[in-house]
Amino acid sequence: MLHALLVINKAGGLIYNRDFTDGLAKLTSNEYLVLAGTFHGVHAITSRISPVPNSSGMEVLETDAFKIFCFQTLTGVKFLLITDPATSQSNADLATRKVYELYADYVMKNPFYNPEMPIRIELFDANVVRVARTTNA
Amino acid sequence: MSQQATRSSSSHAKRPPILERNLAKGRSNEVSLSALAFLFCEMLSYATKKSSGIQDMEKKLSDFGYRVGLRTLELIIFRDRPGRRDTRLLNVLTFIHSTVWKTLFGKPADALEKGTDNEDEYMISDNEPNVTKFIAVPKEMSQLSCGAFIGGIVEAVLDGSGFVSAPSDFTPRTKVSYNVYDLGRQS
Repeated sequence: MLHALLVINKAGGLIYNRDFTDGLAKLTSNEYLVLAGTFHGVHAITSRISPVPNSSGMEVLETDAFKIFCFQTLTGVKFLLITDPATSQSNADLATRKVYELYADYVMKNPFYNPEMPIRIELFDANVVRVARTTNA
Repeated sequence: MSQQATRSSSSHAKRPPILERNLAKGRSNEVSLSALAFLFCEMLSYATKKSSGIQDMEKKLSDFGYRVGLRTLELIIFRDRPGRRDTRLLNVLTFIHSTVWKTLFGKPADALEKGTDNEDEYMISDNEPNVTKFIAVPKEMSQLSCGAFIGGIVEAVLDGSGFVSAPSDFTPRTKVSYNVYDLGRQS
């Protein structure tokens, strides 16, 4: 059950966030920005303090109430999926792949989009909602 | 003196320069849509930077399409129907609607209609043009239709075949309408 999607750019700024269900408390937009920035920082720290050398940053955060999956692309863009605790890694990976593909198509190939800026593209929105609906169904 | 080992055919031989390559339809004719989308994206950015307004930008896109259309017409005629040139209006329009569209976009256009209010107006529609598939126009430029590129291609094919035409309207995302004046009938 996919609750929300956040996309964070290379500098740690939030460029896209979208809730799909009512299972999450409503956050103000400022709180979303803080969440994104904090996660970006924690991700960087975890990759440095890891006892295993050459490890990536935090990829899964599990709590009793939710799970956060993070996928970092080669360019430094992070896709965060907030799901319920029962979601398996493989399901989340599948959803992440689909969102990444939509990002590569509708955001990157759009000439009117400035990279690293907030994403305001209806085609991307509509398709992300569609993917979330099929994942949650 | 013994010859050095001859170069193996594909891996070491350099491809001949573009003017010396075989014109016949080869296997590797297809281009990935993603590559084309990125190229088109850059063409649009270039057109935006160089033009002053939406009309100007559509004209620039139409010019890009025009250059493509002229060359496409020659190539298609050479490959598919050597020695035959369409002189009648309806034949040219059908040619564009099926052959040109299929060669360029992989599918025939969706509809060819005759305009009702104007004698000389014809419309070719494509419900989901694949060059503009990934483009979402922002609200402040909602008048812009990226189909102007395709319109340029159609205009060039008509011009190259000897028909005078002027684009009348590009409905965003779908139709390309042309006023086509049949010179034969006018004289």
